[in-house]
Amino acid sequence: MRTEIRMAGFGGQGIITMGKILGRAAVIYDRRPAVLTEDYGPEKIGGWSKADLVLSDEEIQYPLVDRLDIFLALSQDGYEMFHHTLRVDGQALFESDLVNPEKGWKQRTTFIPALQTASDMGKKVVANIVMIGALVELTQVVSVKAAKKAILDSIPKGTEDLNEAAFSKGRELAREEGG
Amino acid sequence: MTGEHFMKGDEALVEGSIAAGCRFYAGYPITPSSEIAERMAWRMPLVGGDYIQIEDEMGSLAAVIGASCAGAKAMTATSGPGFSLMMEHIGLAIMLEAPCVVVDIQRGGPSTGLPTLMSQGDMMQARWGSHGDYEMVAYAPGTVQEMFDFAIKAFNTAERFRVPVLVMGDQIVGQMTARLVIPSEEEIEVSYRPLPDVPPEEYSPADVSRLVPPMVLPGEGYGLHMTALTHDEFGYPETSASRQESLVPRLIRKIKENEQDIVEYEERLLDDAEVGLVVYGSMKGPGWEAVQAARKEGIKAGILRLITPWPFPREPVERLSERVAAILVAEVNMGQMVHSVREYARCPVHHLGHPGGRIFHPDEILRALRKVIT
Repeated sequence: MRTEIRMAGFGGQGIITMGKILGRAAVIYDRRPAVLTEDYGPEKIGGWSKADLVLSDEEIQYPLVDRLDIFLALSQDGYEMFHHTLRVDGQALFESDLVNPEKGWKQRTTFIPALQTASDMGKKVVANIVMIGALVELTQVVSVKAAKKAILDSIPKGTEDLNEAAFSKGRELAREEGG
Repeated sequence: MTGEHFMKGDEALVEGSIAAGCRFYAGYPITPSSEIAERMAWRMPLVGGDYIQIEDEMGSLAAVIGASCAGAKAMTATSGPGFSLMMEHIGLAIMLEAPCVVVDIQRGGPSTGLPTLMSQGDMMQARWGSHGDYEMVAYAPGTVQEMFDFAIKAFNTAERFRVPVLVMGDQIVGQMTARLVIPSEEEIEVSYRPLPDVPPEEYSPADVSRLVPPMVLPGEGYGLHMTALTHDEFGYPETSASRQESLVPRLIRKIKENEQDIVEYEERLLDDAEVGLVVYGSMKGPGWEAVQAARKEGIKAGILRLITPWPFPREPVERLSERVAAILVAEVNMGQMVHSVREYARCPVHHLGHPGGRIFHPDEILRALRKVIT
């Protein structure tokens, strides 16, 4: 089965890091093919940023996303630019404080207060890890074990506890919000 | 670095180059090849090599050629606009017989064009961009793994024949991240240029019995002059028609007479094929998916993937054209490699082209295949 995920936000939120962590979790630890492509608006600091991840059980031939199964937005811009690429039966994950979908938005959506949660933990930068926790809990696109290992591979030494806590918190939030 | 990685294509190319023995990089960063320069700046000092950021692309390739003449395996990487600037020195590397690798991570052109988006628009420039007569070797990787593997091939071919060798990547394969397996050092075969097999006092460059003459390196007592002018065996300029006739054909024969050895391609599902799809580089994956989809609806399609667009795999194309009713060439340009396919094919050849900015979706190729057979 092929799963297409798009993560969108602005530069500095760790969007591409999210893609790298999830792709690494799939390839290195779950031992499934994954291809990551990334793109960003280079015109200004804090411009839009996106990471596209294709996961599959077979070798991936076409590396780009076509119809999203999962769409994750961490900024209003990210939402507005790409929300139309989500399939009708797709799953959306939005940052509660940063994304307001338009009236009539119908797709299955879970709102995650990732930024507030990360702030409460003392480090806003782990908001992306909170989102990864929520995504993994809701969709099982990668295993919890693989995600944890890939996170530990990708973060600075000395921040292991913080990131593990952020990941767990994200899973909890998804269980609460995703119902 | 032996083991399994989740790595970007541009970075995989760096690791392949290092595994092949590259210890000198000079370049000027340009999207979408900049990750190569970035990783080289970090990796070269760690492996005892040198990294220099040069003022422009002409200087970059000049430095690479200098390093090569001093004995180093050397490379540079760029994209369209920089590739244009490098054309003059590609000729210099051919004339000096200085082995080196030039990587072009293609983006949309002409000119500044589409800095962040893919294209295969430099394929003919790769073959004919420098002035004068010469043969060219170019590899076109289609996956992250091939960015690693073909970098090694490129260095080995460059060293064996003392020629510049091109790696014609593109923004898709350069900037996508996927699985990469780096084998152990013992598993990687590495070539080095032929060196003189006699001591300096017995050495004479006048022996041109070998198509690829031994390369002398400075500091070892061998004497040789080097010039970009047409030259005699000692390297001294001799600008005459007769000297040109002995030098230039030999430079061409180095590749021509070893074509069987150099040319690489991949054939799939061609045995009973009625239509042949020809692709290269990043079009490998979408092409293969399209051929499989065509088979599912009863279209007997097969695929010929060019691993070396140059030298052009003419025999496989000839063979293919005798087997199928028609060939479709799918490439992200307005018609480049299709010309070479037409030169050797004995059946109708159709073209699916795009000016750049995106890769073809397998469905688009499938639609074109349907049209070709009706």
